[in-house]
Amino acid sequence: MISAALIRSLDRNATIFLAILAAATVLIPLCNLLFPPESAFHIPTYLVSLFGKYVCYALLALSIDLVWGYCGILSLGHGAFFALGGYAMGMYLMRQIGTRGVYADPILPDFMVFLNWPELPIFWYGFQNFAYAALMVLLVPGVLAFVFGWFAFRSRVTGVYLSIITQAMTFALLLGFFRNNFGFGGNNGLTDFKDILGFNVQSAGTRASLFAISCIALALGFLICRAIVTSKFGKVLIAIRDAESRTRFLGYRVESYKLFVFTLSACMAGVAGALYVPQVGIINPSEFAPGNSIEAVIWVAVGGRGTLTGAVLGAILVNYAKTTFTSGVLAPYWLFVLGSLFIAVTLLLPRGIVGTYQHWKLTRGEKKAEAAASGAPRAAE
Amino acid sequence: MMDKQTTSSLLYLDGVTVSFDGFKALNDLSLAVEPGEMRAIIGPNGAGKTTMMDVVTGKTRPDGGEVFFEGGAHDLSKLDETQIAELGIGRKFQKPTVFDMHSVEDNLLLALKNNRGVRSTLLWRASAEQDKRINGILDTIRLKTLRERVAGSLSHGQKQWLEIGMLLAQEPKLLLVDEPVAGMTDLETQQTAELLKEINREKTVIVVEHDMAFVRELGVKVTVLHEGAVLAEGSIDQVSSNERVIEVYLGR
Repeated sequence: MISAALIRSLDRNATIFLAILAAATVLIPLCNLLFPPESAFHIPTYLVSLFGKYVCYALLALSIDLVWGYCGILSLGHGAFFALGGYAMGMYLMRQIGTRGVYADPILPDFMVFLNWPELPIFWYGFQNFAYAALMVLLVPGVLAFVFGWFAFRSRVTGVYLSIITQAMTFALLLGFFRNNFGFGGNNGLTDFKDILGFNVQSAGTRASLFAISCIALALGFLICRAIVTSKFGKVLIAIRDAESRTRFLGYRVESYKLFVFTLSACMAGVAGALYVPQVGIINPSEFAPGNSIEAVIWVAVGGRGTLTGAVLGAILVNYAKTTFTSGVLAPYWLFVLGSLFIAVTLLLPRGIVGTYQHWKLTRGEKKAEAAASGAPRAAE
Repeated sequence: MMDKQTTSSLLYLDGVTVSFDGFKALNDLSLAVEPGEMRAIIGPNGAGKTTMMDVVTGKTRPDGGEVFFEGGAHDLSKLDETQIAELGIGRKFQKPTVFDMHSVEDNLLLALKNNRGVRSTLLWRASAEQDKRINGILDTIRLKTLRERVAGSLSHGQKQWLEIGMLLAQEPKLLLVDEPVAGMTDLETQQTAELLKEINREKTVIVVEHDMAFVRELGVKVTVLHEGAVLAEGSIDQVSSNERVIEVYLGR
């Protein structure tokens, strides 16, 4: 009874979510492009990009929810996969600048000319090609997650220890990318982008398209996650989350399941990062900061882990709150707000917003069923 | 090269030793269980009952000795949990560990003998044949009416049965059942004994238990463990009249 009801309610949630997302995909770009700035319906371009940023964060949150909410892998390093996807896209955008850079070098990005590098490093080869860059967006985070997961899951590193080494991973990358000789622009990162696939990244039309593409990517990510968590594979993931050694004794190769879902999740985070970079116009090592990864975990906790829609809702709500706070007089206190939010959610709302709502609906449904069952004999009297 | 054992036993342990920081949990333990047999294993706390289960299921590697399955065809001391589970050894834990968030049906579905690979679970489709098998098990373990219930909401006794059901779903050749009646009511205990006897018609079963009344109810050969080794073996009447057993159980 309960599980059937759960599936039904999830299905309705999923439909509502996809409908809202579809509406946003169409309406926000239209309101931006069709209505003149003085119209009440006009959405300014900066807002479109801001929403696009939220959507990318939502995709990152979704990828975290898949591993944390369903498989119990609390990754505190997903920001690294996001940033790596972002860097792969950033490298493509850098190569598109060509002679329009400050030093007007047809091949070398400005920072390489500034550092007196004679030629393009080998790992920058191919990034002028969009298809190659797009492949790297998936491959670089995916391969890192696979190799990392291979060692971690095979040695049965779990729980807080796994969280700590994911945190160490993103911190190590942060330090690496800060160095000039690493070849990714040091602490300035990659910026000053001009074109993407021949379109000006600053133009309203490109911004609106990027927003719509981000929404489509989020919808696809959501559908993939849903297909996974509702399959038997998803049942095994939940089994691993709740009783890992029991699952192993049933004969499941727990490490293979974890490795698959962790790698897939990293690829999703990479795509989120790749869509994020052209909309914010910069990628720099601060994206690897451990705090970013932790913040993303808070979004999922607020929205409700193990619910998918909750992860999206949490990412958007918390980031909206962040935008509001950090643009006002309360700006210096944002981290306190975020910290208190996390404590409050953990103590008062451990299931998160969507999780609490679902639980409330379920228990209400059960009480009704019980009342109906106990009421029936009395009515018969 | 290890010699192939010439034994008819399904499970064969010889001279198995396990020590934890110098404490010998198993001390030169030897035990043979024949195909189709049901064996009860009793012993005071710390006698090595659970450690023995751990060795057989691959959770603990023995420091010495031999552990063979199916007449010496498989050396269990060289395999891990998953491989041993695949060979057909199922284990029920002392504390019932069902998947609380899954329904009774899904718990059984996860346990059903099937391909355990990532790809096959991703592409899995419900089938009438699997449904039939689940129904059969639900009948055996008397949980048919609770099919859709979340396992976490079951009573303690029901969880124990669900676990036995999950064990059956794996279609193992050998079932290891650790304290199945701990915390059960008298009625549940009796029903569990019947359930195990029913299962034993097709499978080999090893039951570890404290409850002497329950062991008597099973009416099978009993092995008494003490300090990691076999103290006595025989029918329940034989072992309960054995002086050494009385001393160990009652004399302290």
